[in-house]
Amino acid sequence: MSTTVTPPPTQNQSGSSRFTSAAANYIDERTKIGVAVKEFGRKVFPDHWSFLLGEVALYSFVVILLSGTFLTLFFQASMAEVFYTGPYVPMKGVEMSVAMASTLDISFSVRGGLLMRHVHHWAALLFVASIGLHMLRIFFTGAFRKPRELNWVIGFVLFVLAMAEGFTGYSLPDDVLSGNGLRIIDGIIKAVPVVGTWMSFLFFGGEFPGTDIVGRLYMLHIMLLPAMVILFVALHLAFVVIHKHTQYPGPGKTQQNVVGFPVLPVYAAKAGGFFFIVFGVIMLIASFVGINPIWNYGPYDPSPVSAGTQPDWYIGFADGMLRLIPPGWETEWFGYTWSWNMLVPIIVMVGFLIVVAIYPFIEAWVTGDKREHHILDRPRNAPTRTAIGAAGVTFYAVMWAGASSDIMATHFQLAMEGVIHTLQALLFLAPIIAYQIAKRTCLALQKKDRSIALHGYESGRIVRMPGGEFIEVHKPVTDYERWELVSYHDYEPMMLRPNDDGRIPFGKRLRAGMSRWFFENRIVPPTQKELDQGHHEGH
Amino acid sequence: MAEAAKYNGSEGAVVPAEGHGAVAPAAGTAVIATDAVQNPGLPPHRKRVTDLDPKVEKRAERTVYTLFYVSIAGSLGAVLAYMFFPIESGDLWDIRLHTMFVGVGMTLSLLAVGIGAVHWGKAIMADHESIDERHPVPSDSATRAEAVEVFTLANEESGFSRRSLVRNSLIGALIAFPLPGITLLRGLAPQDQDPVTLLKHTMWEEGIRLARDTGGYGVGGAIRAADVTIGSVFHVVPENLSQATNLLDEKAKAVVLLMRLEPEKLKERDERKGWSYDGIVAYSKVCTHVGCPVALYEQHTHHLLCPCHQSQFDVTDEAKVIFGPAKRPLPQLPITVDDEGYLVAQSDFQEPVGPSFWERLK
Amino acid sequence: MARAKKNVSKSGRRHPLATVALVAVGLLVTGVAYTGFSQTTATAEVDLSSPATIEAGEKLFAANCATCHGMQAEGTVDGPSLIGSGAASVHFQVGTGRMPLAFQGPQGMVKPVQFTDEQTLQMAAFVASLAPGPGLPDSQYLQGDGDVANGATLFRINCAMCHNVAAAGGALTEGKFAPSLIGVGADHVYEAMVTGPQNMPVFSDANITPQEKADIISYLKYIEEKPAVGGLTLGSIGPVAEGLFIWIIGLGIIVAFTVWVTAKSN
Repeated sequence: MSTTVTPPPTQNQSGSSRFTSAAANYIDERTKIGVAVKEFGRKVFPDHWSFLLGEVALYSFVVILLSGTFLTLFFQASMAEVFYTGPYVPMKGVEMSVAMASTLDISFSVRGGLLMRHVHHWAALLFVASIGLHMLRIFFTGAFRKPRELNWVIGFVLFVLAMAEGFTGYSLPDDVLSGNGLRIIDGIIKAVPVVGTWMSFLFFGGEFPGTDIVGRLYMLHIMLLPAMVILFVALHLAFVVIHKHTQYPGPGKTQQNVVGFPVLPVYAAKAGGFFFIVFGVIMLIASFVGINPIWNYGPYDPSPVSAGTQPDWYIGFADGMLRLIPPGWETEWFGYTWSWNMLVPIIVMVGFLIVVAIYPFIEAWVTGDKREHHILDRPRNAPTRTAIGAAGVTFYAVMWAGASSDIMATHFQLAMEGVIHTLQALLFLAPIIAYQIAKRTCLALQKKDRSIALHGYESGRIVRMPGGEFIEVHKPVTDYERWELVSYHDYEPMMLRPNDDGRIPFGKRLRAGMSRWFFENRIVPPTQKELDQGHHEGH
Repeated sequence: MAEAAKYNGSEGAVVPAEGHGAVAPAAGTAVIATDAVQNPGLPPHRKRVTDLDPKVEKRAERTVYTLFYVSIAGSLGAVLAYMFFPIESGDLWDIRLHTMFVGVGMTLSLLAVGIGAVHWGKAIMADHESIDERHPVPSDSATRAEAVEVFTLANEESGFSRRSLVRNSLIGALIAFPLPGITLLRGLAPQDQDPVTLLKHTMWEEGIRLARDTGGYGVGGAIRAADVTIGSVFHVVPENLSQATNLLDEKAKAVVLLMRLEPEKLKERDERKGWSYDGIVAYSKVCTHVGCPVALYEQHTHHLLCPCHQSQFDVTDEAKVIFGPAKRPLPQLPITVDDEGYLVAQSDFQEPVGPSFWERLK
Repeated sequence: MARAKKNVSKSGRRHPLATVALVAVGLLVTGVAYTGFSQTTATAEVDLSSPATIEAGEKLFAANCATCHGMQAEGTVDGPSLIGSGAASVHFQVGTGRMPLAFQGPQGMVKPVQFTDEQTLQMAAFVASLAPGPGLPDSQYLQGDGDVANGATLFRINCAMCHNVAAAGGALTEGKFAPSLIGVGADHVYEAMVTGPQNMPVFSDANITPQEKADIISYLKYIEEKPAVGGLTLGSIGPVAEGLFIWIIGLGIIVAFTVWVTAKSN
């Protein structure tokens, strides 16, 4: 059966709105776009500065795509040998790969080329940094809890993909700095037991450096990895739409609503404007600050190396971990070589990343909480989680600092051996110290919140009572201010009970132990009764 | 009592939709307080100064469109800068100015429109808080039942779970089908070479002279023993490097450091006493950690430092590791002089150079 | 008519401008003589082989250097022997202010130069007279007009591992470091290569020929004089500086913007 849809009447409308309605009608008749407009056009998103960090990542990715497309018009990913004939004097007549020569041409002979190289590379550094900051926000506010555990894993995959994109990208110009980076990767791959030598052989198309690697990295960098990033970003955003965005606790905000502003017109203006702001900041930096001056490093050659050889910052934690291994960690068993100085860093870093990836599932198992969570935690209200996060960040930071051990030595006039020994010790001590400080700080802040909720702020007014005692008058908080202080979740440690066979299985013991670790020290939110009592006491 | 309290607004359980029927999700170890504080609701809306004073609103509007015009100016400026700051002279100042002015123009065009749009959204657009309702993420029970029905029907009509031979052989076929594709990836590496054999040999052979490394694909002159003074370091490649088909691949294994010390400072074991010549020693330049060039030589401490991960090697003691993450000493190239006084290799290295690998000792 | 008058006036009286001319000539002569006697180019003006120079140098040496290096530069527990280190090493060490050493540390540090050029050359002459050693560089190699591209390649092979590709300096073991070469005089660069000061290796003329040294110096002068085409170099230390910049300044600016974007309008 056919249905006819009569177009809306247009006689009483002005010219421009007649055009708009005609156009809207035309499109809707072919795409059903009305559904999307209805569902999405006035969708409410909550407003907080920390919610924009994911957008910084998304927008810097768009900037990367735009500037990268420009670069692909001029870059040639070939390792064939050529003599440089461009204008940069210290490279004139030097034999190099076409990849390096085309990068030099982009920098010195294409108008706007150097600017686009800068935009692309600065945007890449910002992309990974903002993903990291965004992940930290998600972690410390507990936004990874049900139903968002899968989105956390997707985001984690995006983090790894972004690092891979960066690594393949900066290796493309085939210069001494990135070439030595590839050499290091080759050494790490070779150290893998049983298959390492063959993995390296396959990756480089023969011996290192070979003539294939730049072309292969190019394919990964402009085709495979961006496709995966776009796919995972689409999934990531789809889930945000399906789950709706989380919100911070506040008066009027509940688990059953979202309070904020609609997409049209407010978010279109703010988020759309923010895209131009992020792009603008990247462009500002790219106009004035140099990055990756490959003409100083020269074409890759296995012989030269620069003092101060480090990868881009997001690979720094891996380089640092390699530098912190003590001497001699290699054994020969059954005639085979086991390079622990490579395997231990790999295991530690992969292990660290795995713990990050599965953390939501660990916490869900410990709390046993299967409810949906749409109100975020203030970090102080999840003291153990915040402390674990602080310890994790510190651990990562010590590994990252290890990568600049030689630069710290020259800049702070220290011996590099001392710097390295200190970092080796800090790798274990610093996370423990950070954990303790974070946990104690959270508990103290919770106590302060409780005291403010019950007794109000110290107003600074001292009053003398008839009996002679001095008291300080406390200004009570309003109900709206108090809500944020008292509305958080509270968990108690799990009680161990034997099962039907009268035994307690190991898994349950472990879970109870972790539950105790998480929730033994806690500050219970005040109840209504306590508040009323507080009012009675009159301060 | 505890059940009802689970739906209390402060605890965070989502109210199940109509007809959901299922049991509410378990709260685990969460404490559900019976007399928790109640949500006071949204605070009263506070008007902005642009809502109260029409003159301020007009000014905000002016700011917004001025910023948009500035953005247009910036875009035009960038195009003009592109045209009027040429770089074809190759002069570095020209390139700097071009980059800076095109960049500043684009920066202005971007920041101005962004800040203008945000200011419009913040100061002028209506800012009353909107509220959307959340619905539980799981589909409602009717939909779930229908979904189960879909799968049950598909299963009955195909006999998927009943026909085990059909099912299992299908799974086998699906596992097997990617195998040829994966096999094609073998072509990433040469078919006729063995990586372990390649790693164990370099271009050095008996009689090959040590030549100066002049960078890249270049080979400098051969080195006389008399040229190597105490405290000097020469960066060395085999004299016949230019004849290699894969020059950089061979160079990556063959680079050598040549140094001269006072002979009494050298601690050599008996088998290696013939490997140096009058205090002149040659070591592989490829770090045994992960392969960077170990190029820093300190002439008084006789230490070799690798700048990548700070491994240190002692040239007086067979280049063994004294600091840093490396383990094996740098392989030593046995050298001597030929009858014209030039330094030559006596043989290839006696062990594989560079980073360790699984089959190194085989 | 006028000519006859001029002839008559020329016979006896002084020209009114004669005084001016005399003063000008006197100034000129004094100036040239002064320039001639003061050292502007060391190699041209001081005779390193003259006994007077050597004796002056010996006196300076005894007063300032002998405590650590011995009266005849034979060395003591506090300082190595300088016999055979040549004029080049003295001109380098004293000319850059490293010597006399202020304190015993991982290495001698650059500090304000304590001697005039003439005194430095006198001490150099004294040390050179003790035994043959590397002499002062020939000025033709110090002009900075060599092959910059060849110099750059040689610099990367022989120098960049310690001094960094952009000559920004780098770390050595146990608190030592290779200093930045930006702003270092061509003569001192040459002398350092040829003498191998402290833990820097010796790059004799058989290793890097004088013309190659001139090329390296030309490269250094090039990167010193030319603008950095990318803009701010952040110290030329590479990805570490770039990473710090993006986290502190890049993200800092952007987070400041996020706070503004989401703040309630007043």
